Amino acid sequence: MSENKIITKDLNLYYGENHALKNINMEIKDKAITAFIGPSGCGKSTFLKTLNRMNDLIDNVRIEGTVLLDGENVYDEKVDTTLLRKKVGMVFQQPNPFPMSIYDNIAYGPRIHGVKSKEQLDEIVERSLKGAAIFDEVKDRLKKSALGLSGGQQQRLCIARALAVEPEVLLMDEPTSALDPISTLKIEDLMGELKEKYTVAVVTHNMQQAARISDYTAFFLVGEVIEYSETDVLFTRPKEKKTEDYITGRFG
Amino acid sequence: MTPRISFEHQLEALNDNLVEMGQYVEKSIDQIFKALETMDIELAKEVMEGDDTVDDMEKGIEAQSLALITRQQPVARDLRMVSTALKVVTDMERIGDHAADIAEIIVRFEHADFYHLSKQVPKMIEATKKMVHDSLNAFIKRDVKAAGEIMKQDDIIDGLFDKIKTEIISLLQGGNQNADYCVDVLMIAKYLERIGDHAVNICEWTIFEEKGTIDNIRVL
Amino acid sequence: MEKISTINGKQKRISDRIWYVLIYASASVSIFLLVGIVGYVFYRGAGVINWNFLTTVPSTIKGNYGIAGNIVNTLYMIFLTLLIATPLGIGAAVYLNEYAKQGRIVRTIEATTEILAGLPSIIFGLFGMVFFGNTLKLGYSILTGALTLTLMVLPLITRNTQEALKTVPDTYRSGALGMGAPKWYMIRTILLPSAMPGIITGVILAIGRIVGESAALLFTAGSGFLLPKLGEYGNGLFQKIFQPGGTLTIELYLSMSKAKYQEAFGIAVVLLVIVFVINIITKYLTKRFDVSAK
Repeated sequence: MSENKIITKDLNLYYGENHALKNINMEIKDKAITAFIGPSGCGKSTFLKTLNRMNDLIDNVRIEGTVLLDGENVYDEKVDTTLLRKKVGMVFQQPNPFPMSIYDNIAYGPRIHGVKSKEQLDEIVERSLKGAAIFDEVKDRLKKSALGLSGGQQQRLCIARALAVEPEVLLMDEPTSALDPISTLKIEDLMGELKEKYTVAVVTHNMQQAARISDYTAFFLVGEVIEYSETDVLFTRPKEKKTEDYITGRFG
Repeated sequence: MTPRISFEHQLEALNDNLVEMGQYVEKSIDQIFKALETMDIELAKEVMEGDDTVDDMEKGIEAQSLALITRQQPVARDLRMVSTALKVVTDMERIGDHAADIAEIIVRFEHADFYHLSKQVPKMIEATKKMVHDSLNAFIKRDVKAAGEIMKQDDIIDGLFDKIKTEIISLLQGGNQNADYCVDVLMIAKYLERIGDHAVNICEWTIFEEKGTIDNIRVL
Repeated sequence: MEKISTINGKQKRISDRIWYVLIYASASVSIFLLVGIVGYVFYRGAGVINWNFLTTVPSTIKGNYGIAGNIVNTLYMIFLTLLIATPLGIGAAVYLNEYAKQGRIVRTIEATTEILAGLPSIIFGLFGMVFFGNTLKLGYSILTGALTLTLMVLPLITRNTQEALKTVPDTYRSGALGMGAPKWYMIRTILLPSAMPGIITGVILAIGRIVGESAALLFTAGSGFLLPKLGEYGNGLFQKIFQPGGTLTIELYLSMSKAKYQEAFGIAVVLLVIVFVINIITKYLTKRFDVSAK
């Protein structure tokens, strides 16, 4: 059992009148992959975004409770979201490289945080691209636009971009749902490597994917965590009937 | 970059464990035959104790295979490999069981000489030993052609068993021999015959893993 | 429906033919009109154009006629108007699209902007003359004209920038913010570069409007036709903005009203060339700044 990296306590989230997350108490382990599964609209993505306060960007959102990152409350008023998001990086469903060169994409984060020296940026770019297992594919065209890459490469580029600021936690919101099966498997392999160094939390609507890659799995249903346990346990002998119905495809 | 690196590693680990178990079972077989020949009770006891290890190995491989099925959803050759692993461990474990059964008989009848009651017994032991060795070897190497050939060796073992049975029946009818003793030899022969059957199964799984058929019937 | 036994047997459909002819006829008419007008203007005006026409100013003493002063005034007008309108327009668009809470106020501002863009330009002229000219005591000057034109082109730049910002995918915004980029940093490094083609389009349309405007300038910028004096340390160049200055369009208008059609067509040719050049520059710049190009 590894240590807890993130702990949420009585976390509630409201979109206006809509109670979207209900009393979430969860411990996310360090250096492991935790998967969030559940039907559309169950709150899994919303929950993921509470972890680096991406929900702040949406109007009409009210959040109660605490999210402790290494013991510090993410929702404390003293928290600087720029620093928080440096520590807790994010990869999105749709690969979203910025319309600039591959190099500038990777250097984007470090530049936000004040890295200016060319040598340092060169080193970061190379290390990040290697970390995302895409360096060999792009090393000869670092100055070319990132938009010319294939979808799978773009997504690995986005992972590299997230790694460039040396985060400790990586949030991934359905990172492979826009990709073909082979690219998907490459990303999954990459995630397996990433968990050696990072805490990874991934939302997926693909249960098989959760089973393949994660160490822990949480099943969400209408804003609640129905069951949260080790992936091996959840997929072989779930405690809750709702979990069993969902993962066996007998849901609804 | 070949995808599914960790899956590949898990399949390799599964195969390594199967090889290890095969080698362990083969060692048990060698030991028990040596114990029979030399009436080495200590060695027989060792084989009996070793059976627990075989059982643990079986459970380990089963857990590994089931985890692979739940987590990796194997298909095609991966699926055949995992299902073969699940099946073949049963036969390996059975061979181990029978070795332990024979060991029990040796230990129980301390100084009796099983080896020379019938001339067929050493022959049968030799044949069984060879077949177990060959079938495990074929499985480890995934040698389908050899597996098909090795299966035929079972006829020799079955033939020897019939001869031993006939001999023992006539011995019993003659009334000169200790009946318990005769029955034990018959039991040992029966275990050997069963070991042969399991060796046949191992050959069948080898073929199944490659072709998805058992006795030329499509299973997968 | 009947089952089709064969897909062979090509049919001629009459209505298709008719539409085909009509569409081609419409296209031909518009092309013919454009080519016709341009051709006619060049036919009538090209003869007037010579070095003297382009590089001198009118002088009754020498009996000379030239439009150099008006060309310079036009450039002044473009430069000064854009200098004021572009930052304002982009700023307004960024505010409306990225900062303001989307709702009734934003919709009201947007609707007002639309209406402003549709006002007859003489109304701007009236307002500019009274407010900038009289109240702010700027009189007839290029600055008064430029401020008046700013009011006119602001909606163009704002709307175009806003439309361009709206087409920037939200994933860019969340991507940058998700990496911890402060909002203004994100706008500066991602949104504005992505919106650049749209911003340029707005600026170019604004230039077109400035070059073509007469009604709003007649009573604000006046009709001066002299070249700026260099003055000490080039001060004269700056002083020029407080002096009256008629653009090419104004001069064209004046020539027409004096029935000097020769000169009028000459000026028209110069204007057409300027418009044409601006169009080419637009195409080039849009391509150049299109960050989404691979």
